[in-house]
Amino acid sequence: MKALRTLGLLALLALVLVFPVLLSPNNAVTDMAIFTLIYAMAATGWNIFSGYTGYISIGHAVYFGLGAYTMALACQHWNFPGGYLPFLLLPLAALVAGVFAIPLGFLALRVRRYAFAVTTIALMFIFQLLAYNLRGITNGSNGVFLPQPPWSADVFDLPFYYVTLALLLVSLGLSWRVRHSKYGLGLLAIRDDEDRAFGLGVKTGSYKLVAYVVSALFAGMAGAIFAYFIGIIYPQFTFDPIVDVNITTIAFLGGLGTLAGPLVGAVLVVPLQQYLTVEFGGESLNLVLFGAFLLVIFLVLPRGIVPSLQGKWSAWKATRAKAVRLSSAASKEQAVLAERRERL
Amino acid sequence: MSFLEVRTVSKAFGGIRALDACSLSVEQGSITGLIGPNGSGKTTLFNVITGYERVDAGEIRFDGRAITDAKPDKVFALGIGRTFQLTRVFPRLTVLENMHIAIPRKGIRGLLKHWGPLQEQRQALDLLDLVGLTTLKDEPASNLSYGQKKLLEFALILVVQPQVILLDEPAGGVNPTMVNQMAGLIRTLNEQKGITFLVVEHNMEFVMGLCHMVNVMHRGTTIAKGAPDLVRKNPAVLEAYLGA
Repeated sequence: MKALRTLGLLALLALVLVFPVLLSPNNAVTDMAIFTLIYAMAATGWNIFSGYTGYISIGHAVYFGLGAYTMALACQHWNFPGGYLPFLLLPLAALVAGVFAIPLGFLALRVRRYAFAVTTIALMFIFQLLAYNLRGITNGSNGVFLPQPPWSADVFDLPFYYVTLALLLVSLGLSWRVRHSKYGLGLLAIRDDEDRAFGLGVKTGSYKLVAYVVSALFAGMAGAIFAYFIGIIYPQFTFDPIVDVNITTIAFLGGLGTLAGPLVGAVLVVPLQQYLTVEFGGESLNLVLFGAFLLVIFLVLPRGIVPSLQGKWSAWKATRAKAVRLSSAASKEQAVLAERRERL
Repeated sequence: MSFLEVRTVSKAFGGIRALDACSLSVEQGSITGLIGPNGSGKTTLFNVITGYERVDAGEIRFDGRAITDAKPDKVFALGIGRTFQLTRVFPRLTVLENMHIAIPRKGIRGLLKHWGPLQEQRQALDLLDLVGLTTLKDEPASNLSYGQKKLLEFALILVVQPQVILLDEPAGGVNPTMVNQMAGLIRTLNEQKGITFLVVEHNMEFVMGLCHMVNVMHRGTTIAKGAPDLVRKNPAVLEAYLGA
């Protein structure tokens, strides 16, 4: 079973690796795949904090925006030409997001659960306002242009695709490591009963803050790649509530606190959103249809896709094992009866 | 000086004085009962001893040192474990994962390593075996019955080899077989490992059969103390319970 799983994962990885070169029918689809990877990475990072601890942050657009502006302003400041060089700024974008996340997380995590969620929304709008009004730094609502990569249209998407894929794999690797570590177990204990966890020696304050900062690093890098890929950024499209809605929808839909949940959620949500916008955006039906899709998923799989399917699979296995036990008992009984009949 | 000592501790919630100059002493190696009518302050006393509530006045000492302002993690690390009236296990974690929460691990590198290395697994499984939950080790704790959750909570605090265990209604809401199992477990741990117990319980048969010494609380303070048989006949106790 384990070998089969490893084989399946390797096949999936191979498929993802060759997708933009061999499978994608056109650049629009590859663009969609890049947005999917960006959101999958952001949601996987977000899940390390919000999914594991149960503290729902609806303000990670702060770090998405900080990453985007770090990328744009650093390129501008150092006169980086378009090409591979701006990708080297990704660690800087992560660092800036992480440094901001320390005091912001410290403040926001003074309160719990719903109050925390509301605080994070407030932080996001504060940063959006700052981005509008600190014109000397951000150029306000005029936005900031990023350097244009010199690549031809045929291969334009490939560096973005593979760099984002690599970062997604890093985020998944980290998420897996955290989930199976003593630290991750502490985060899950915080989700279930924070005071009890504290009473048993889990340093809840530092556990939460570290996870919050780690999740901000990935949101920062997601914002930076997004900015470079799009080519121009504005306050309303980076410090954007829609970014938060997308990240949380992806994580909830896929399965909060699971490793694969954010990935599954992103693969469904991002392409579907873009498809619906292209096909039905004209009549403004796209949001209605997307809302209906979410309702159906949450009706059928209320805990999110991955945990609900895992639950159904476990239940099916348990039923099957019981049926096998019963049928084996029945056949044994029949054999005994047959033996008795022969004796008679 | 007693092993665990509460000296004239007071605690108020708004206008309600949950603890009113309450004093209590628990001798090392004893099983001490703490009884009293509902609302007499037993659970609040547990909360202030274990750092879940801060006292307004008074002092708490454990093994010669003041723990009055210590936080729950510090109290636990010092060797005082507790269970709750309404069990508090981690429902979405498996039984085994629950056990590992309490196993201490030092340093960042230690925290980043796997949560259940072999040696720690053995330690956790031994304790699960002691309380009879080994077969349920991979079940989410939410799937356990109420009594099994009490046993898990009990096993969980044994992980750090505490010197004192405070049990808040260990027999409450569980079937008679499990009540006997719980009593046997407490007696074994007391006799073989020398663990001191302070037990809050309404089941008088359980308390009287198990405890060496019983304290009675009423309106936030202790009104009687003594051997179970003597306490049972104490007029102040009868009045507190029956309002006679």
